[in-house]
Amino acid sequence: MSCGVIVFPGSNCDHDALRAVEQLTGRAAKRLWHKDRDLAGVDRVILPGGFSYGDYLRSGALARFSPIMEEVARFAERGGPVLGICNGFQILCEAGLLPGALTRNASLQFACRDVHVRIESTDSTLTRGLAARTVLRLPIAHADGNFTLDSGDSGALAALEDRGQVLLRYCDPGGEVTADSNPNGSLGNIAGLRNARGNVTGLMPHPERALEPLLPSLDGEPLLRAFLS
Amino acid sequence: MKARVYVTLKPGVLDPQGKAIQGSLHSLGFSGVESVRLGKFFEISLAGTDAKSAESELARMCEKLLANTVIEKYRVEILP
Repeated sequence: MSCGVIVFPGSNCDHDALRAVEQLTGRAAKRLWHKDRDLAGVDRVILPGGFSYGDYLRSGALARFSPIMEEVARFAERGGPVLGICNGFQILCEAGLLPGALTRNASLQFACRDVHVRIESTDSTLTRGLAARTVLRLPIAHADGNFTLDSGDSGALAALEDRGQVLLRYCDPGGEVTADSNPNGSLGNIAGLRNARGNVTGLMPHPERALEPLLPSLDGEPLLRAFLS
Repeated sequence: MKARVYVTLKPGVLDPQGKAIQGSLHSLGFSGVESVRLGKFFEISLAGTDAKSAESELARMCEKLLANTVIEKYRVEILP
């Protein structure tokens, strides 16, 4: 297993992701630069959090045209595991590798706190081997995490749910999916998603920031272990 | 040649920023404001003089980058 972490100008969770990979696998991850045109032979790719290209125009909109993203799309097409965390999730949506869009939080506030999410589907490279309905405590830190689908397509949410593409939903500590536990207004309390095939995944919470005993939660570990195994 | 591009949210897509602006306008006394939708406006200068081809090029720019067509629609105006 070798994992690459893509660094865009404005990424700020790349070091957290690099550290997480090394901590969980004992092998250093490869830093990939947004201008690279190949993935240096890695067999996992993480798009980390941050504010790529200053989030100009829309979050993730400019990063998706980085030279390396063409190679990420080909890698995903071949079935390679790709994980987008926070800004990485936004980039994957902008690139059309994941469905929907992440828009301004309904509160209009930057949400920076721990939330609870419930595992909805275990049929993905991020959740395989885990138990459905497990509740995880993870930190979020974003202004644009409000998951939205095309309003003209009323069946879009049901189709995503039917195909098991919803991986994580915001919930209360007991695992109940409620309006109060939704930190950003996301449709269906969606916190994480996969593509139809299950090899491309994205989530707004930060599992790579929930791995240290000094921090409030260690719940990032099962997700990242699943992705890196 | 100069062009204007307007990118706005599709009807039905929630616009929390527009709502907040509406609230502020109300508190400033503009009580007749029934709704506000926030969008983006681009002024673009283009080489060439053929309005038809500029229009189709601008539409491609919108589809690829200027708008996220999952949630936004766009309108292109070529200036005389």
